Order: sequence, then structure tokens, then C-alpha cells
Amino acid sequence: MAEHFTQPPHWDWWITFYFYIAGLAGGSYVLATILRARGSSRDEATARVGYMLAFPLVVVCAILLTVDLGQPMRFYHMLVNTTPGVGGLNFKPWSPISLGSWGLLIFGLFAFISFLESRGMLKALPIAFTAIGSLFGLFLCAYTGVVLSVSNQPIWSDSWAIGALFVASALSASAALLASFSRSDDTDGSTGTRLMRADRHFVVLELVALAIFFVTLAMAGTLGKTRNGIWLVLWILVLASMVPPLLGRHRGLVAIGVLAGVLLMRIAVIFSAQS
Amino acid sequence: MAEPVGFFTDSSVCIGCKACEVACKEWNQLPGNEPKFGDGFDNTGQLDSENWRHVKFIDMVPTDVQVGNGSAWLMMSDVCKHCKDAPCMEVCPTSAIVRTEFDTVYIQQEACNGCRDCVSACPFGVVGFSAESGTVKKCTLCYDRLQANMEPACAKVCPTQSIQFGSLTDLHAKADARLAQLQAQGNTSAQLYGRDDSILGGLNSFFLLMDKPEVYGLPNKDNAKPPRRNNFAGYLGAFVMAAIGVMAGAKALGGGPSSTDSAPGGP
Repeated sequence: MAEHFTQPPHWDWWITFYFYIAGLAGGSYVLATILRARGSSRDEATARVGYMLAFPLVVVCAILLTVDLGQPMRFYHMLVNTTPGVGGLNFKPWSPISLGSWGLLIFGLFAFISFLESRGMLKALPIAFTAIGSLFGLFLCAYTGVVLSVSNQPIWSDSWAIGALFVASALSASAALLASFSRSDDTDGSTGTRLMRADRHFVVLELVALAIFFVTLAMAGTLGKTRNGIWLVLWILVLASMVPPLLGRHRGLVAIGVLAGVLLMRIAVIFSAQS
Repeated sequence: MAEPVGFFTDSSVCIGCKACEVACKEWNQLPGNEPKFGDGFDNTGQLDSENWRHVKFIDMVPTDVQVGNGSAWLMMSDVCKHCKDAPCMEVCPTSAIVRTEFDTVYIQQEACNGCRDCVSACPFGVVGFSAESGTVKKCTLCYDRLQANMEPACAKVCPTQSIQFGSLTDLHAKADARLAQLQAQGNTSAQLYGRDDSILGGLNSFFLLMDKPEVYGLPNKDNAKPPRRNNFAGYLGAFVMAAIGVMAGAKALGGGPSSTDSAPGGP
């Protein structure tokens, strides 16, 4: 059984919202790219919304990440080595925060260019460009989970599945977000209906990741920590938020439920380990 | 590079006087903190940004005293382990945590930006965040004193030589001899912690314990692991999930009606 003597890093609300919004930014960009690559011209409006959302959300991410630092004015130390006599760039691929800082910066550049294009300020971008940007978007969704696993905190370090869980849930929340912005007709082939269909797939994947997450915790002997008081209630709410999309109920309510459920899931993962 | 140095803390002779805590605070000008009064003699609580030495009192004496059956009352002065494979240094994204010429682990206060990743990585709960400085802090093994050929303050004042400072080679020899002595006296549970490389590649600050590490609030070798152990599986799981997610999304979102099917709409 895993025994932990680690102190909590006090990653609280700033980081929770950063992880949540990073997932929405990356997920929206990815879904916008899929809509453009696989959909029709009628999906273009929603794809543009995805690109229009991704960049402002990335800016919010950078702000949240900076505000959470003990020394916010030293945010650039993530990228530049300020050790006297050493200098150069800080790039430590084995450190998820280091890798994530670069990932956030590069994805931000892709999101910015795609934002300009979606606003009609640039010519249409080749799909290869947004496809590469989507890889960084997926990385942004993933690394926020991996950074938790790569620690010695209870719960976080007891499961390698948090990255996978955050990817699936980010895609699910982003599909719900874009669906709520898409055209309102509920015909079978409409963008919104297809986004909700995609959301069903993402929710199933999220459930699989959640099952792996709980099994890994059980194997480490720390599952009990997720069942204490408020956390059990939160997990029940998280699971409850996944039911309506699977049943395909009213789009607007489902979207709100999914967005709230994914946020609650991140709250449960982040705070229960530090309680 | 100078010869690697460290601490050998022999808990069998610790008397819990806390002189090490006081000397550490005095030399490093650490602020005093609100004492915590509980059942025992420990009013420091834990290692953190203000306490770089912490004398632990492990009181296992039964309430109903039965002569001869009481467990030992253990004391140990805890400190940063200055690990060979230091988890704090491994995850630090700013490279603020470095290994010094004395083979100790040091946090550069001017480079740290207070992200606190090292706090979640240290399996010993050593590193603490200081709201006052906005950075993380821990024992420096008196880096400034080492540069002046002085021994660390805690080792200097320890009245029982429970805390010994020196080159790792010398300390290892002393520890081996002390362990052999205790075992010859019948203390079969006495053991060295961090002397070999089973705990994070070896600890420059290692201990002689009179019981299992867990009793002292220290992770055993199965639980003292580098954070990077989850890197590969974490990214691989996320990659597989991303690949399946993109394929599922492409299937669900593909083949929408063409623009000629009906009037275009949108937000």
C-alpha cells in the first residue's frame, strides 16, 4: 500500500480553473479542426467559434498560471534559466510543468493565428496548420493531468490515468461548449446534434478513464481518500453529469451539466489529494 | 567539486533538546512560528519554509504502563535529505533547485518563482512555501557556512553528536560502525536509512533509525520514488485517449449536410 508523507502544494482555485480552461481551449481547437476537416461548409460557423474561443481562453490560462505563482513577475523563469553563469532556455522534458509551459506558449501561437483567421484578418489556413495546432491543443489537455501524476502526492501519484481522464473530459466539455454555440435546429445532421453525438463518445471514454483511475487508486490503497465526505458527493455529481449526454436529452441542459461536471471532476481530483 | 558532504543523524542518541532547531533558526534568520501544543513534546509540527530542522517525538508508550512492556520513546531530528535523485530538483521547471559543489541540494531564491511543484514532489514533506518571500525554502545544509569551511549550525550545537557532519565517506564508515555496535547489543530493529542507494539513489543526509522508517514518518524504499516514474505511463495513457478521442470525434462529426441542403446557419 502506498504511504505518503508529502506536503500539499496548495494548488487551489487558480490552478483548478487553469486546468479546466486549458482543457476547453485545447478541446475547442481540436473539435474546430475536426469540424473543418470532416464536416461540411455548414459546420464552418461553429468551427470558427472554436478558434475564436481557443485564443482568449489560452490568454486566461496564462493569466491564471501567472497569478498562482508566489512570484508572478518571474513567470518567464519557466522558460529562461536565470541561474547566474548558466543562462539559456529552461527545457526539461521530464518535468511536465516545464514541458507544459512550452506547450502553452506554442499552442498560444497557433491559437492566435487561428483566431486572426477566424476573424477574417488572415487568409484561410491550411488544414495541416490547424492539425499541428490541434496536437498542441491535445497536449495542453493532457499535460495538466500528467503534471499531477508526476508527483508524490496521494491520489495524484497513485494513478497514471489522470492525463487520459483530463483529455477525455476536456473533449467532452469542449463538445458541450461548442454545441451550445452552434445552430439551434435539432435535425439529425445539424452541427449541434453531431457535437452532442460526439460528446456521447467522449463521455464513454471519460467513464473508461475514470474506471482506470479508480482501479489504480484501489491498487495503491488510496481509493478511500476519494470517498471521504464531500468528495464522495462530488464524485456522485460528476457521474450524474455524465448520464444526460448518454441518454441524449435536451441539448442546452446537457451542455450545462457536462461543463459543470467536468469542472467538479477537476475540483475533486485536485482538492481531495490535498485535504 | 569538493568532496560530497552530508549529515549522519543517529536517532539512538537524540535526546530531543531541539538545540538543532534553535541553531538553525538563528543562523538562517528564520522567523519564529506559532508553537503548536498537542499531546507530546513536539511544538514545531513539521518541516516547512520556517523550520528546516524538526525534532520528531514518537511516543508509543502505552497509557496503561506495564513495566518492561513499553515501546521505546523515539526521537529524531528530521531535515532535508539532500537526495542523489532529488525529486524537487527533478520537477523544478525554473532550474532554481541546483546541486552545489558540495553535492547538496540548494534552492536559489532569486530564481524560484513559487510554482510549488517541488512541494508536491518531495516524498519527505521537506520543502515549504513561504508566503512572505513567494518562494519555496528548505535546509541549505548551511551552504554559506560550508563556503567558509564551517560545519552546519545544527551539527555544531548538537550536544549528543546525534547530528554529525562530514564527508559522506567518513559518515558512512561511522554509521556502519554504530549500526554494528547496536546490533551487537541486541537492537535488531536498528537500521540505516538512506545509507545505500535504495532510497532515491542514496541520501546525503541519512539516518540511523531504531525502528521501521514508517514509524518515524519516513517513506520506505517502496514509497520513496522519483515523480518521473509516472511520466511514460501518464503521457502514453493520454496519447492513447487522445487518439481514440480524435477518431471518435471524426466519426461523429463527419459527413454533415452540405451547404446546399438548407440555408446556412450559425451563432
